[in-house]
Amino acid sequence: RTKTQNFCRNEYNLSGLCNRSSCPLANSQYATVREEKGRCYLYMKTIERAAFPRRLWERVLLSKNYEKALEEIDENLIYWPRFIRHKCKQRFTKITQYLIRIRKLTLKRQRKLVPLRRKIERREKRREEKALIAAQLDNAIEKELLERLKQDTYGDIYNFPIHAFDKALQQQDAESESESDAEKEEEDDEDMDKREFVEADDSELSDFEDMDKLETSSEEEEEIEKKASHSKSKGKTPLKGPARRKRPYLEIEYEEETEPTAKTKAA
Amino acid sequence: PPAPERVLFPPTFSVSEIKNKQRRHFMFLRWKQQQRKEKLAARKKRRKEREALGDKAPPKAIPKTIENQRVYDETTVDPNDEEVAFDEATDEFAPYFNRQTVPKILITTSDRPRGRTVRFCEQLSTVIPNSHVYYRRGLALKRIIPQCIARDFTDLIVINEDRKIPNGLLLSHLPDGPTAHFRMSSVRLRKEIKRKGKEPTEHVPEVILNNFTTRLGHSIGRMFACLFPHDPQFIGRQVATFHNQRDYIFFRFHRYIFKSEKKVGIQELGPRFTLKLRSLQKGTFDSKFGEYEWIHKRREMDTSRRKFHL
Repeated sequence: RTKTQNFCRNEYNLSGLCNRSSCPLANSQYATVREEKGRCYLYMKTIERAAFPRRLWERVLLSKNYEKALEEIDENLIYWPRFIRHKCKQRFTKITQYLIRIRKLTLKRQRKLVPLRRKIERREKRREEKALIAAQLDNAIEKELLERLKQDTYGDIYNFPIHAFDKALQQQDAESESESDAEKEEEDDEDMDKREFVEADDSELSDFEDMDKLETSSEEEEEIEKKASHSKSKGKTPLKGPARRKRPYLEIEYEEETEPTAKTKAA
Repeated sequence: PPAPERVLFPPTFSVSEIKNKQRRHFMFLRWKQQQRKEKLAARKKRRKEREALGDKAPPKAIPKTIENQRVYDETTVDPNDEEVAFDEATDEFAPYFNRQTVPKILITTSDRPRGRTVRFCEQLSTVIPNSHVYYRRGLALKRIIPQCIARDFTDLIVINEDRKIPNGLLLSHLPDGPTAHFRMSSVRLRKEIKRKGKEPTEHVPEVILNNFTTRLGHSIGRMFACLFPHDPQFIGRQVATFHNQRDYIFFRFHRYIFKSEKKVGIQELGPRFTLKLRSLQKGTFDSKFGEYEWIHKRREMDTSRRKFHL
């Protein structure tokens, strides 16, 4: 219902508005164009058949050809008022246009709307929350990482001793090492360690039991190592403990020598 | 004031038989309080007994959780199962696990992605190495799949969007591999996660797959593993976790650091989301003619609260 006019609910209405001149019930001579299952028909109502409601509306099939159909409308509605003829043709045009659009759309991918069910959605959301709480993700991840550390998947990157027996001893050793002098010694050690590590370490496992350990080339390892040490110094410094602080410092020294090469390799 | 009722005196008037709502409510509350008191008393007694016995006390009872009470699924994978191992050696992921193929991933969305989805795609592509994001301007999936195969992509991810948030994920292993359709929920972009980490670097992350027990879960797990290149760079110290719990798969991306032998710290960076499997198809994506290996049928599969499929 617009501000000035109502819409007519009758299916045979030509223009769609409800006024005296365009009501199919009020006028005894009326014509419309309607479409059924993709075919357009011209419906006509004349005063002679007003007594026979069953035969009131005369139906004419219009041809599929657009121009021919227009001609057919014209010849059927000859001697009818100009207004009705014009409106019929207009309506016919609109109908053909939207039929074409329908056909085009059905060829393209249609978006299928699947209705959500509120109750189910709520249930799922709740279950998800509970599953999240039950999962305790952080703990699980930490446990998994520690397990992998124990199983030596990381090789020798982390110099953590595995057995608790050695742990105390080596803690002392580590302390004495970190306290002691000779950065050069440490640097050498690290160089040595790194070189050893690079050549010895082949295995990088993922989580599955049927994984094979394959050998990777040592050159790649070196590249990765250099790149990574570069990034490590950039990375999470706030979380690194005091024992580690010396390492990045040293690594930077080591890196600056080789930085250009690392960059070229990365490029 | 209603007359006080003695519980356990036959004939017992059960609380639900009182017609008056107010009185019934009152009786019910009273009954509840009594139950609570009894429970508390029982607990105290048990604790006293345990203390009294000292070392000889019986071990504490394990609380029943849903995971404990889970209905045993016959398709649970036994780690030593030969049939499963054989299947896995010959299925579509074999070339990946034999290191013949390097994963290359195409991430795309449904038509007209909104800002959130676009940003999510970008973040996802930083998380997964060797992945590319392409926009889909109305291209039919069936047509882009042969193109992808021609260009050597191994996996295709389509993020479906609804009302400006991503809500579906379609993961399809390309050279004629299975296609899994998930419903995605609770997506958090990186800026929404409370953390102070930097963005994920280009290092290949490690992969953790937790709790994929059944056969179905196992194959889904392998699908996820296929997304990531085979050799994680431990130096990057990044880990992507797919954790399955009660049929919900939680994805998290962390950076870890070993503070000592027994302690590891993790810091969450990268987006997070949860997935729920809706269907698994044998071939590549084909909604009409595809052969479905598993579809979630609500009526049949959601009957029991203790039954899970993944």
